[in-house]
Amino acid sequence: MLDLGYNAALVAVGATLLGVAAGVTGTFLFLRKRALVSDAISHATLPGVALAFMVMVALGGDGRSLPGLLLGSAMSAWAGLLAVSWLSRRTRLAEDAAIGAVLSVFFGFGIVLLTVIQSLNAGRQAGLEGFLLGSTAGMLYTDALVIVVGGALALALVLLLRRPMLIVTFDPEYAAATGRDVTRIDLAMMGLVLAVTVVGLKIVGLILIVALLIIPPAAARFWTDRADRVVLLSGALGGIAGLVGTLLSASAPNLPTGPIIVLVAFALFATGFFLSPHRGILAAALRYRHYQRQVHVRQGLLALAQGQPIYERLTLRLLRRAGHARPDGVATDQGRAAAAKSLLDERRWQLLRADPDFEAAAALYDGLRPIESVLTADQIALIDRTLTPEALV
Amino acid sequence: MAVSPPDREDPMTQLELASQNGQTVTDTSLDAAALAIRGLTVSYGEKPAVFSVDATFPKGVMSAIIGPNGAGKSTLLKAALGIVKPISGTVRVMGQPIAEQMHTIAYVPQRASVDWDFPARVIDVVLMGLSRELGLLRRTRKAHTDKAMSCLTRVGMQDFAHRQIGQLSGGQQQRVFLARALAQEAHVYLLDEPFAGVDAATEKAIINVLKSLRDEGKTVIAVHHDLATIPEYFDHVFLINTTRVAEGPVDTAFTQDNLQTAYGGRLAAGQINNLAV
Repeated sequence: MLDLGYNAALVAVGATLLGVAAGVTGTFLFLRKRALVSDAISHATLPGVALAFMVMVALGGDGRSLPGLLLGSAMSAWAGLLAVSWLSRRTRLAEDAAIGAVLSVFFGFGIVLLTVIQSLNAGRQAGLEGFLLGSTAGMLYTDALVIVVGGALALALVLLLRRPMLIVTFDPEYAAATGRDVTRIDLAMMGLVLAVTVVGLKIVGLILIVALLIIPPAAARFWTDRADRVVLLSGALGGIAGLVGTLLSASAPNLPTGPIIVLVAFALFATGFFLSPHRGILAAALRYRHYQRQVHVRQGLLALAQGQPIYERLTLRLLRRAGHARPDGVATDQGRAAAAKSLLDERRWQLLRADPDFEAAAALYDGLRPIESVLTADQIALIDRTLTPEALV
Repeated sequence: MAVSPPDREDPMTQLELASQNGQTVTDTSLDAAALAIRGLTVSYGEKPAVFSVDATFPKGVMSAIIGPNGAGKSTLLKAALGIVKPISGTVRVMGQPIAEQMHTIAYVPQRASVDWDFPARVIDVVLMGLSRELGLLRRTRKAHTDKAMSCLTRVGMQDFAHRQIGQLSGGQQQRVFLARALAQEAHVYLLDEPFAGVDAATEKAIINVLKSLRDEGKTVIAVHHDLATIPEYFDHVFLINTTRVAEGPVDTAFTQDNLQTAYGGRLAAGQINNLAV
């Protein structure tokens, strides 16, 4: 086992839980197609951090107390969130424009405040710019505790609200028609995103937290078609990214924790993107190639069965390779048998698809599937009764 | 507009009342109706989509909401349900304020209103209809999936329960939405263009389910666009073109005059003659 040291162990625990909370919460945001709202929320934390610092110093405090800074950031992020939702609901601005406006104005204001702090209190400036990209070097036990408790709380609330949130993400109109307050559920969803964002400021920073909210659900979506599993898998992937990212960054001096966590999350995304047997691009390309070849063979056999010439070179090559045709395009004995079977299958399918009683089976029609794989022998016999005699020859 | 003849069956709208020189009519139909809408105005910007509409949908019958494109048919339904916020208006269901009656209403939205690539199986969508029963924390048990399956069977989709919703055809999607509404065991069913862009098998399956609901004493109200099937499918019609044009039993309200008023030049005279009762 790697000897992490006290600081890295604290960061690892915090980052793992943050990853799980962000992955789970982010899934709802991702499925609601409002992923970028989180970017507005995270950038809107900055003025709050700066103002909280100023207030705490003015009151004679340290100014660097993490709970105080997080409280300030949560308040200004909430203001930013309300601004985005007010602009997009009450004005003619689309949500993307509202996000862009709020994000840049809040962030700009935050940077101005940071500069002011720097000039006023050069000595005590306390590295507030660490909240931009996260800084884990000086993390204290109490800091880790704040992150763990905050993350666990957000996670518990997401699990409590998962059902109404899923209904709203899939079908907001229906949710409203069953008496749910969609605006409030949306605001709760964004409030949870806000909580995760604030909790994650210390570790990954406000610029990159959006990655932890969006990349894990996008990665999880490659592997499953069920929303509840996307939620769980996304949490798991987020947790893995947090843990592995911390370990990697601790393995060499001066590696930034937050950005490494994001890169690990991306590696997990890329894995699904390329390798998922279901939605990955490699599998899709292979499936397409396989399907294309099957279609060529099928069309070639149907052409042979009906005495038509074969025009495409690929078709002929595939038929030849399968032993169905000679190089000059004439069918072999095996080819003639396969061709007759294909033609019969196709005619049976046409009858099946015209019959409403076989709707579920008809939906499986892809031009290739043998009829025996969807119907029993009795059902085929039933269909064959309506086949014209010449088709059976 | 001429003063309404006194023997008219439908209650007068506020607009019509306004032109009656202060003569008031006691509105007794409000509590007897499955869905009663009074003075409903909905506006996107400052152009009303629905203006000062009164509508009364009787219990236990199948009603169609008809009117030309952009006449406010879907908006009327959405505003009644609170999906769209109206500027004014009162809505009562079974004589009670609608807010207290949401559990007795099932809504079937247009299928194009959702993203069908959403990660869910057919049965998961139907189970959403049971979410009120399930609450926040209760686990989905066999009794729930059994109930969802029986709703799917009712619309002929039982074999599709475990398919990904993205694999369904348009008609099948519509039937899944209907199954979700059935799972709610509501008294009033509101459907937004349930037959839009569906195949003949689906249309038949849906109309059979709706008729069986009516025969059980339930109320069915559907936004409908195919005037040719009105007499065959529905008992009651509501004609709208931003304001109410007419309402009543198909025999008395689905007339040439009313269609002419609602559709204006958008239907040729010959078409109307063929359609109206």
